[in-house]
Amino acid sequence: MMNWLLWILPLPPLLAFMLILLVTHRSHAWSHGLATGAAALSWLGSMVLFIRALMIEHLGQHPLESNINWLPSGTSWLQIGVSLDPLSAVTLFFVAWTVLAIFIYSIGYHNFGQPRGDHDQPGLPPHGATVTDADGHRRIVPSVEPMYARFFAFISLFAFGMYLLVVSNNLLTLFIGWEIMGLCSYLLIGFWYGKPSARDAAIKAFITTRVGDMFLLLGMAWLYTVSGSLSFRVIFSAENLRALATTATPVFGLSAAGLIGLLCFLGTAGKSAQWPLHVWLPDAMEGPTPVSAMIHAATMVSAGVYLALRMFPLLSLDSRALTVVAFVGAFTALFAATIALAQNDIKRVLAYSTISQLGYMVAAVGIGAYVAAAFHLVTHAFFKALLFLGAGSVIHGMEHGALHSGEHVDVQDMFQMGGLRQRMPVTFWTFLIGGLALSGFPLITAGFWSKDEILAEAYAHGHYAVFLTLAAAAFLTAFYTMRQITLTFLGQPRTQAAAHAHETPRTMTVPLLTLAFFAITAGWVGIPEHFPLLGGLLPNWFHEFVASTSSEASAEAPFHWTPLLISLGVALGGLWLGWLVYRKVGAPAQDKLQIPVLKNRWYCDTLYSILFVRPSTWLAEHFVSRFLDQGILDGILHGVARLSLVLGHALRNYVDAPIINGLIGDGTGATVKASGSALRRMQSGRVQSYMTASLGMLFIVAVLYLGLRRLF
Amino acid sequence: MSIPLSWYLFLAAALFCTGLYGALSRRNAIAILLGVELMLNAVNVNLIAFWRYLDLRPNDPAPMNGQAFAVIVFAVAAAEVAVGLALILSVYRRRKTVAADEVNLLKW
Repeated sequence: MMNWLLWILPLPPLLAFMLILLVTHRSHAWSHGLATGAAALSWLGSMVLFIRALMIEHLGQHPLESNINWLPSGTSWLQIGVSLDPLSAVTLFFVAWTVLAIFIYSIGYHNFGQPRGDHDQPGLPPHGATVTDADGHRRIVPSVEPMYARFFAFISLFAFGMYLLVVSNNLLTLFIGWEIMGLCSYLLIGFWYGKPSARDAAIKAFITTRVGDMFLLLGMAWLYTVSGSLSFRVIFSAENLRALATTATPVFGLSAAGLIGLLCFLGTAGKSAQWPLHVWLPDAMEGPTPVSAMIHAATMVSAGVYLALRMFPLLSLDSRALTVVAFVGAFTALFAATIALAQNDIKRVLAYSTISQLGYMVAAVGIGAYVAAAFHLVTHAFFKALLFLGAGSVIHGMEHGALHSGEHVDVQDMFQMGGLRQRMPVTFWTFLIGGLALSGFPLITAGFWSKDEILAEAYAHGHYAVFLTLAAAAFLTAFYTMRQITLTFLGQPRTQAAAHAHETPRTMTVPLLTLAFFAITAGWVGIPEHFPLLGGLLPNWFHEFVASTSSEASAEAPFHWTPLLISLGVALGGLWLGWLVYRKVGAPAQDKLQIPVLKNRWYCDTLYSILFVRPSTWLAEHFVSRFLDQGILDGILHGVARLSLVLGHALRNYVDAPIINGLIGDGTGATVKASGSALRRMQSGRVQSYMTASLGMLFIVAVLYLGLRRLF
Repeated sequence: MSIPLSWYLFLAAALFCTGLYGALSRRNAIAILLGVELMLNAVNVNLIAFWRYLDLRPNDPAPMNGQAFAVIVFAVAAAEVAVGLALILSVYRRRKTVAADEVNLLKW
């Protein structure tokens, strides 16, 4: 029964996707009804499975599993299957909740029920519609998204990909889900394809993640050749791991396990936007905000970390591979946090903080803190989805205000906001909860517990460099989060649009409240056993549950005061400093941190542009297009054409015109005409001449006849 | 049978040439018609002469074809003269001439 449920769990969103595209795409209500209905079904199934998973003892050692033969490969079969172990159970939990919340939120975000826009067209965000109310006043109100049904079709397909990835017990179907999400990410970033920036961002995201996916595919291929299966159970069996650990490779002296693990980790780096493949995620904010929340904060980018956690048994066999992972994660955490300091776009700040937090998780994997990484994965999904939805709500409210006041402001620029606390109370309080969770506000928020656990693990296992880097990143995180909250919600409105902003409809605020609930409570399941005062009040359920997934996961780290005090210090210090600095700043010019190196994101995009984009463009433009295509291929074609032309001219001028036309065609006519005019002189009309001629002819005939008879 | 066949033939040839010359050389249409009549009669002389000198085998029935041809030629000649003279009369009425080379409308 449970296995059956596992198999069909991803299917409702896929069905919804097909039905919306084929049948209901003209009806807004049917389309979002199908999509949210399917998401609710999958949510229900996920909850049933999650509760069921809680009730099974030793689920980690004996996961629910079911396999079928899929493709025959010579003598054996390529098997695919589903499984439910503690890691996938908790992943399923947060995926189901965030997906459902975001689906419902999208209804409000895309202005369901509002009139169609005056000048709206597919591929561009709605610009608003003019309506005349009962009193005869003309007002401009938000208009419905022109491609409403298409949006719900795409996010349904995306949800299918995510569920498929989570329930997979093998790398093959995991990769299929992974790529479906990549495709949906591309489609949804470029959802407003009328904007050139959105098109560029979509292509950038697709190509950058493709780099990572390429390495992941290499890793999978290698793994398959070595172990003959892509199923996790076979790959991570003791003898297979032993064989992989003892096989040496020519690359940097890594073992096969470490190298395969690193190849798969490159897939993670692409998907979870880790340095050096992080450049796509900030640009991906061009998509609609629910997309940013779901794909680029809660689920798809989490899938990268999920894969790293899955590959942990392989990575943990090689300490050097783990070091690389830890370095990349910690570096990304700090690096992205510095860039976030100087961003003015409300969504871009969150994008960089997402990169930074994913770096946290990756660093946790790298230092062997398997459970802490999974814990932060769950809590981060909740509070980051909450923050993005809150940002979407702010943008929506600002758009409302801008339509009302008729101003042309950048509704995503935090310096155009201010004072939204009074105008949008629900959004403010939920955003505040999300922001505090992100900064790791002590004790009450989920982010504190998970982040603290990572720091504690790093300290306990002696990874002091990682510990200090992450602590610095945590400080910056708290700082820029408070900067964002201060600029957006506190103080006085800086524009008319902000002054007239409006709280968003209930379809948007209810998901915010739901996620805010989890942003607080999700941390309580993982309070360390030896934490002062609170430890032991609630069992550290999360650690016990998830740690059983992998035998490599270590025991809970012993408690130390140092990481706790540092964690508290950086979180509270960052928050306080952020408020202190930004409560008086009202314009970008007053902001001391708007320095070029941060504004330009450490020149990463510039560097990639010089290193990869421009050479590729040059190659495409000058070598492939001008030289190969226009020069050689077109040259050959032009040559053939010119030859044919010359041949045709020759045939026409020297064969057709003189011989066929002149000689045969016109010649016959001219000859007949000339001989006719010559011969008609004979027709004199004189009877006697005719008679004389007849006589003459008679003579000639007679002479010839007689003469010839004499001869023969 | 003292007169040989060739004499008749020479006579007919002379008569034919006289008629031919007349038909070719005279301008008067009636004179041309006269020439034609001479040529026809030269042919008649030939037909009768050949018939008379036929080398018959015993028991063959006596043939009549030479005389029959000659009679047909007379009839045709009479009809021809009747039509010809009628034509000449008609031409004369219209054009006040019977000169053959002046009646040349039927040309290029």
